Amino acid sequence: MVPLSWYLIFSAALFSIGLFGALSRRNLVAILLGIELMLNSVNVNLVAFWRYGDVTNITGQVFTIIVFAVAAAEVAVGLALVISVYRKRNTVIADEIDMLKF
Amino acid sequence: MTIDKIIFLIVAAVTLIAALRVVTTGNLIHAAFWLIATLFGVAVIFAVLHASFLAVVQVVVYIGAIAILFIFAVMLTRKDMRDQGPQLNRNWGFGALLAALAFVGLALLVHGWSGVTKTASAFPSGFDAVSALGNALVSPDAYVLPFEVASVLLVAALVGAVYVAYNRK
Amino acid sequence: MDFLKDPLKVTADWLLGIFAGWGMPELWANVLIGFLGIFILVALLMALDIILVWIERKVVSRFQSRIGPNRVGPFGLIQPFADIIKLLIKEDTTPEGADKTLYNLAPILSMMSVLILWAVVPLAPSILGVDLNIGALYIIAAGAIGALSIIMAGWSSNNKYSLIGAFREVAVMLSFEIPMLTVMLIPTIFTGSMGIGAITQAQDTWFVFLAPLAAVIFLIAAIAELGRAPFDMGEAESELISGYNIEYSGMKFGMFYAGELLHAFTFGGFWAILFFGGYRFFGLEQVSAFLAVAILFFKAFIGYWIIMWVKYTLLRIRIDHMLAFNWKFLTPVAFVLLMTTALMNALLANAPAWLYIGGMFLSNILVAWISLEVARSTSRQERERVEGAKASMPEVAQH
Repeated sequence: MVPLSWYLIFSAALFSIGLFGALSRRNLVAILLGIELMLNSVNVNLVAFWRYGDVTNITGQVFTIIVFAVAAAEVAVGLALVISVYRKRNTVIADEIDMLKF
Repeated sequence: MTIDKIIFLIVAAVTLIAALRVVTTGNLIHAAFWLIATLFGVAVIFAVLHASFLAVVQVVVYIGAIAILFIFAVMLTRKDMRDQGPQLNRNWGFGALLAALAFVGLALLVHGWSGVTKTASAFPSGFDAVSALGNALVSPDAYVLPFEVASVLLVAALVGAVYVAYNRK
Repeated sequence: MDFLKDPLKVTADWLLGIFAGWGMPELWANVLIGFLGIFILVALLMALDIILVWIERKVVSRFQSRIGPNRVGPFGLIQPFADIIKLLIKEDTTPEGADKTLYNLAPILSMMSVLILWAVVPLAPSILGVDLNIGALYIIAAGAIGALSIIMAGWSSNNKYSLIGAFREVAVMLSFEIPMLTVMLIPTIFTGSMGIGAITQAQDTWFVFLAPLAAVIFLIAAIAELGRAPFDMGEAESELISGYNIEYSGMKFGMFYAGELLHAFTFGGFWAILFFGGYRFFGLEQVSAFLAVAILFFKAFIGYWIIMWVKYTLLRIRIDHMLAFNWKFLTPVAFVLLMTTALMNALLANAPAWLYIGGMFLSNILVAWISLEVARSTSRQERERVEGAKASMPEVAQH
């Protein structure tokens, strides 16, 4: 039987990889990819605690479904913003988008 | 080393390697496809954890919609067909340090908790997680309010995304 | 008698006995028997695919008033084998600048997304790959992987038309998943479970009599998911030089083509299972498992025939009309139908059987009639607006 700590360490590793991606990438879309990894690690954590606790208490899965919905909404709006920025500034490198208006 | 542990180790290794490739590869389309591999690995983890409905919803929503949205966005924001230059910014060392600190901190937190070596109790037979989930999402003394708020959020995101990305000629 | 009713269990026990006799531990023996089952299923599906190629070519030729393949073997029966040999010995080109890994992975993923669908198809009361309690959602997930493989093919071919074809095809596939998923919830309401085996078991009256509009919407959405005419904008030969298929030759193209035919047959099968009772036929399926499989395949072939009939009769629809049809007509009708079914199910829950069936059927007809009336009046207003604008234009042009 797999101890709970293995799932938690796995989700912590996935979270830190996502954090590295969100902090260290130049491209805006790549930053959003890192954020997606972090959201997935949170989902793994929630479902692991649901399974290893009282299985009849379905709160863990409910929370995960809400996180699915929030992640989908965030990706949709985020990518719409990225495409809109690309149309105006013709770049998606985060460092080059440094002026409010010109 | 039982069969469960072997399966978990293989799936976790594949997922983490795919996640590393997501954040380090230079070609963004490849990064999007490695993300798909990571999301599929997470779906397998859900299935191992007996959350079958969530595993299938993960494939349908994340891989079938969000990952394809990422691929579309990468294709629409390329200046030319090549990928330019290194994909890590100036502060990547600091970012790596922060990520490593976060991992070490979380790992220490997990170790310090008493219930960490808990093994899973047997799944109670006759308990239908899917119907329990469905009941919890629409039952007034369970989670119908977050469910409705999430649907309002999705409508707002739909309207917002269409409005922001609309190409006014 | 036992073998006729439950061939899988009898065979599995026999093999387990043999493997235990060789001294294999039970876990390994079970895993090996599982793999053997998968291998046999996939081999039989591939053989079925070959027959489907012949059927497709003969049927299309009869629809077009010609004879079709009749040289190679009696009635052209050996023609698919000739096709396979031709595809195998063709040169396997890879376009320059193509992304080699993705280019070679795409046809594999496309075929894989069709084969994994057969894991949840109940072939007989005792033959079922996996009795998932979320089988209906699993079908949508496999469709999502299919959409992924098309985008992979379109992108990695390094070809503009390929990319446009892939974009259009994926947009159509993702859009038509919504009405398909909504309509698949209607057998779920009637059954109380999403498992495909449970849905088949609950069809004492076939669901097509309870929800005919749902069957029609599922058929339309399934044809769009398959990427077949009239929704085949992604691989249209006259518009896009066959879209995402352009750069594929040899057996890779064969994988796409055979995968599409098998996908069409699979969805004919799902239409039969979800709405026409699957392997059930007035109790005949209890006689033998093989008879149940034959009944299911007969119904699946009828569904496949209807899908072929639609393909070779109707013209291709333009991409913006396709998407408008989905988002402005099919999805609202599917949602209204789902709400009506849930409402009627709650109202008539304790009614006698004839009232339940009659009530459901009439509510479906009502929803269909109202939606067609709304569509008709909307299109009449649109036509008057356009023709009114056109009628006033020549006066402007003359002066």
